Amino acid sequence: MYKYNDFDEAFIRARTAQFRKQVERRVAGNLTEDEFKPLRLMNGLYLQLHAYMLRVAIPYGTLNARQMRQLAYIADKWDRGYGHFTTRQNIQFNWPRLTDVPDMLDALADVEMHANQTSGNTIRNVTSDHFAGAAVDEIEDPRPVAELLRQWSTDHPEFQFLGRKFKIAVGASEHDRAVLKAHDLAVRIVRNDAGETGYEILVGGGLGRTPMIGKVLHPFLPREDLLPYVEAVLTVYNTLGRRDNKYKARIKITVHENGIDTIRALVDEQFALIRPTFSGYDQELLEEIRAHFPEPDYVKAPLDAFETAYENDPVFRSWADTNLSAHTNPDYAIATISLKKHGQTPGDATSEQMRVMADLAEAFAHDELRISHEQNVILPHVHKSHLPAIHARLKAVGLATANIGLVSDIIACPGMDYCALATARSIPVAQQIATRFDELKLEHEIGELKIKISGCINACGHHHMGHIGILGLDRAGVENYQITLGGDGSENAAIGERAGPGFAYDEIVPAIERLVLGYLDLRESPEETFLQAYRRLGAEPFKAVLYPEAKTKNAA
Amino acid sequence: MSVIVTDTGFTTEDWTAGFIPLADLPANDAAPAIAVDLASDSDPAALAGRLQDIDMIRVDFPSFADGRGFTIAKRLRQMGFQGRLRARGHVISDQYAMARRVGFDEVEISEELAARQPEAEWLFRADWQANDYQARLRA
Repeated sequence: MYKYNDFDEAFIRARTAQFRKQVERRVAGNLTEDEFKPLRLMNGLYLQLHAYMLRVAIPYGTLNARQMRQLAYIADKWDRGYGHFTTRQNIQFNWPRLTDVPDMLDALADVEMHANQTSGNTIRNVTSDHFAGAAVDEIEDPRPVAELLRQWSTDHPEFQFLGRKFKIAVGASEHDRAVLKAHDLAVRIVRNDAGETGYEILVGGGLGRTPMIGKVLHPFLPREDLLPYVEAVLTVYNTLGRRDNKYKARIKITVHENGIDTIRALVDEQFALIRPTFSGYDQELLEEIRAHFPEPDYVKAPLDAFETAYENDPVFRSWADTNLSAHTNPDYAIATISLKKHGQTPGDATSEQMRVMADLAEAFAHDELRISHEQNVILPHVHKSHLPAIHARLKAVGLATANIGLVSDIIACPGMDYCALATARSIPVAQQIATRFDELKLEHEIGELKIKISGCINACGHHHMGHIGILGLDRAGVENYQITLGGDGSENAAIGERAGPGFAYDEIVPAIERLVLGYLDLRESPEETFLQAYRRLGAEPFKAVLYPEAKTKNAA
Repeated sequence: MSVIVTDTGFTTEDWTAGFIPLADLPANDAAPAIAVDLASDSDPAALAGRLQDIDMIRVDFPSFADGRGFTIAKRLRQMGFQGRLRARGHVISDQYAMARRVGFDEVEISEELAARQPEAEWLFRADWQANDYQARLRA
């Protein structure tokens, strides 16, 4: 794991001291609320529906036990004993007091964490594959590149007051687990036919009210050109991006309105000027960073404990079948801990749960934890012999739900329960869907199905990318939920298509039930997933089960 | 009167030759001292080939939230401008380090802003060379 050097340490201490003064100046009136707003946002502090919210970065989703324990401590000391893990590998504390936030930032700095640039019109927390360093299909661990970009983007003097936010993700696998194509800029580590490693650069992806799939800006960028090239993209965006309408200010619109070829030409022009300002130290630094991400010191031990539990304990077997993924070391597994227990708020963890996960990471998993964009926690390196003990400890605190990738493993934004922008509730809809399918005991039979729920058009719940997407809107003061079908956040990224008229709050869960039960009738075999069936059959048969009245009417 | 902010704090205006908008530059070719005003949506490329004739460029910040001026400054320096570069308008003390790092020499603010954000707040950010990731990455 990355370890702060003296420079990083000095930076973060100066930064928290600056924020402490900014809070004092706001309280004294030297800063207007308008002026304070972007300053608090670039330090992760939002004003929500009921209170402030502090969004803490978990860079590229990686943290250790000590850091997870500190999050638990912060939740207990300054919040209400829990935190909410988000789709951008952040954790949100929902109830801090403004005057406590400087102390919270100091407590984070004590464990090499921060809330820098988790909000505001700047380059946000750089995200990555939550299976990085353990995935069987990766070219290399993408996190050193993500860390290099984190350092480059931190406090970048040119890009703290952009026209709009700017999200960067890094991946290095064939299978995309970081939703690269929905980012303002994505870096894919790729290998060419000659066996050289370089970067494919995608630009202009994004969700929100105008969802777009990222386009290839550069098919194979040499490694030493990464920072100047990304800087050139930002330089072009900062001057060319629209500032007259915040809904048209993201780079996806700049790319759409100017065309990818024009953007590429402008970027090349800026790149030629910027490239000479990098002398190569960034590449030395990348090597230094790389040394912080070694392979784990793998344990060699018998697998009997795992095999015995797998044979004899059906609950463990179900969890193992559903929540484990293949690791590069065949004696190891990647274990995903579900934060989606049926009926719970997706992504929430109590301080007690955080401490248990920290203990497990320390005792059994090489002291590493990951946060996924799907709002779960991952133990990336677990020797299989430890899995039964891990499962037992998780079960004791409500963390052993065997539902990864299934219908109840729902992404949901905070919605109207917390968010000032929301137009509808998301969390209760997620809770009710999960509870309903748990009652039906059909979850495992249904198989892989990604439901994603957003409580407004801003699409924080990634509904466009859900196999089934749900978008909560306000129709004349009444919540109304639109369904989209066929979205996909993987390397085959696709934006879901709207199925038809929306449903009222009390109709949406039965509608989802009809849709999923309808799929069970439509699929060719139990192996055909919802998304595969949708791609084979098209929208019509799914619409027919969603809107049975329309079908009757047409027949009549 | 505007207040000029530098690394040593507040000072008064010492430029007496006035400023001309970009569009009027050709008409002022023969002037002994030239200072040009750039709006935040200007393209610095318009000054290509003219930079050695210009003594000062002043970039407007109509709102502190409009960060285009930071890129304009960086590009002017990349193009080789070695004269005086000033950020003018709604710049807050928290942006002083950013302004200096992209190549501005100084910031021009109103008396009203200077009263609300006194000299000490600007001096607190005058150590703009410290803790600079960009300088480190390009070392």
